[in-house]
Amino acid sequence: MGTTLAEKLWQDHLVVKGEDGAPDLIYIDLHMCHEVTSPQAFEGLRLAGRDVRRKDLTIATEDHNTPTLDIDRPIADTTSRIQVDTLRSNAREFGVRIHSLGDADQGVVHVVGPQLGLTMPGMTVVCGDSHTSTHGAFGSLAFGIGTSEVEHVLATQTLPLKPFKTMAINVNGELPEGSTAKDIILAIIAKIGTGGGQGYVLEYRGEAIRKLSMEARMTICNMSIEAGARAGLIAPDATTFEYVKGRPHAPEGAEWDAAVEYWSTLKTDEDAVFDETVELNASDLEPFVTWGTNPGQGLPLSASVPNPAEIADENDRVAAERALEYMGLTAGTPLKEIAIDTVFLGSCTNGRIEDLRAAASVIQGRTKASGLRMMVVPGSARVRLQAEAEGLDRVFKEFGAEWRNAGCSMCLGMNPDQLRPQERSASTSNRNFEGRQGKGGRTHLVSPLVAAATAVRGTLSSPADLDDAVPAAVDAA
Amino acid sequence: MDKFTTHTGIGVPLRRSNVDTDQIIPAVYLKRVTKTGFDDALFAAWRGNEDFILNQDAYKAGSVLVAGPDFGTGSSREHAVWALKDYGFRVVLASRFADIFRGNSGKQGLLTGVVAPENIEQLWKLLESEPGVEITVSLEDRTVTCGSFTCEFEIDDYVRWRLMEGLDDISLTLQHEDAITAFEAKRDAWRPKTLPAKTLPPEPVEPARPVELTVGAQIPVRDN
Repeated sequence: MGTTLAEKLWQDHLVVKGEDGAPDLIYIDLHMCHEVTSPQAFEGLRLAGRDVRRKDLTIATEDHNTPTLDIDRPIADTTSRIQVDTLRSNAREFGVRIHSLGDADQGVVHVVGPQLGLTMPGMTVVCGDSHTSTHGAFGSLAFGIGTSEVEHVLATQTLPLKPFKTMAINVNGELPEGSTAKDIILAIIAKIGTGGGQGYVLEYRGEAIRKLSMEARMTICNMSIEAGARAGLIAPDATTFEYVKGRPHAPEGAEWDAAVEYWSTLKTDEDAVFDETVELNASDLEPFVTWGTNPGQGLPLSASVPNPAEIADENDRVAAERALEYMGLTAGTPLKEIAIDTVFLGSCTNGRIEDLRAAASVIQGRTKASGLRMMVVPGSARVRLQAEAEGLDRVFKEFGAEWRNAGCSMCLGMNPDQLRPQERSASTSNRNFEGRQGKGGRTHLVSPLVAAATAVRGTLSSPADLDDAVPAAVDAA
Repeated sequence: MDKFTTHTGIGVPLRRSNVDTDQIIPAVYLKRVTKTGFDDALFAAWRGNEDFILNQDAYKAGSVLVAGPDFGTGSSREHAVWALKDYGFRVVLASRFADIFRGNSGKQGLLTGVVAPENIEQLWKLLESEPGVEITVSLEDRTVTCGSFTCEFEIDDYVRWRLMEGLDDISLTLQHEDAITAFEAKRDAWRPKTLPAKTLPPEPVEPARPVELTVGAQIPVRDN
């Protein structure tokens, strides 16, 4: 019997095979750190008198609670400033590479890694952040870890782990125009539930996945954790190699050839057996939005707010009732009639250049709905610079959107970018949990295209709902 | 880490599914650089509601949380475990846990026991009919006892052993130092290194400034 891609990656990083119920010891190729989940790990090293074992496989960036305005001034919030200062002093003390606020390579850790060419196929990648699953888009085993594990990796460059189960997610057919990677992953989570992936590595396969760009693949793998999965994977192919090639840390010459030869073997064998298989047909997939308070509570945009009384499972019914109360929604309301206060475009899910281009193509030449706020937060400083070079910043500013500096921002509201109580957002981020974007805030997860169309109409909308025909292409600067 | 064999304490019925880590501890509370002082942040949004279970006198001193399925989903923040422990919880029982939360708990000596849904329901009924009643959790026997009711819970054998012995993972791993060094010696040359650092040419990053509509500007929230 053949092996799956996830199993091959596991085998290739196996340092010690666990015996008598002990976990395997797995080698970690790349460890990324940020200010929120690392201070206690560095403190642990210090207390135990340990050093960072592989500084050359470790990188830090500031993203979770950094401001997106006035970044050249001291961080106003004292506790945030202490946390960022702590990361800087830890990086200095232990000799870890850091990209700080104001640096062109600062940004959301999951945007920065791939952009620098540090993420490539065939690796193990960890970070003290659950959206580390993003890097699985390259055909790497990438997963989020807690602070104790951050300390463990810093000290040993390994992790003791029990093998994950494997799940194939076959996305067949051709994705219709107007539907995107975000809609695929929201539909998958709605189908298997927020616990459906628990204990599994998901491998996304099929025609619709193969046709996606690298950035779209990252959007899909990014939200694997929202289905409860440890990781998400996509086998590398020519699209992957093309994306990696020429980036600052990409191999060159003979090393590149050796890498591509190995990367080309990274696919699930024809006769491999997955523990579980899920099928999704992309060809009739509409734009998807969430109506509730977990990412599994999503529906096609043309649907209406569901009636909890019609939900058979008791836990799901109670959860839906609570969600509607929190969200201030009434069963039966068409989703397209839900009025939005704030549109947030950004995050490690949808804060890359293609996302900004997609949104800009919808809003260009159109008028923002009155009273609506739109925040555009590029995923990294490089993405911001690239967008400015393409003139996208002008499109956003002329539309009346706020053009911010890079960071996690309103995705999790650790910095000042928060919703007010009862304020309702259409957000390209990854979690619609209660209070996620600010205490009492109400979040609808959407794709960049839906976010942009919503900013025009003022209610949840797709570009197809806009009165004036097909969106114009964005002029190159 | 302290050894864990048996724990007896007040049981708290939390009749909610999908209790994500943003509910356990909202992100605004994650800014500490220590592992303690998170007790006030536990379930911060819910504790504002006087009907919330931990605001009821009988349950305030609870140490065994009995929750609905998919407890601990979402963010990898270990602060969720620190907050539960700081508050005084030693055990969480649920029919399903999110993987990262479960892993984090095991590292910090917080016991997460998987209990069948019908037994969770039974425990909820017992804890609600007699608020403040104690539950005994035996890691040795893998059992939960509340009055005359006893049921089993599941836990990974290795995690159970580590908790019972109070062992620290890093020391265990460093016993394999030679194997790690040998593995490193045969890693492929193409695998990337973060140092020396390579980047595109540095470019100045223009600081964004507040525009007419800043965060917190008083735009009316619309009715739906």
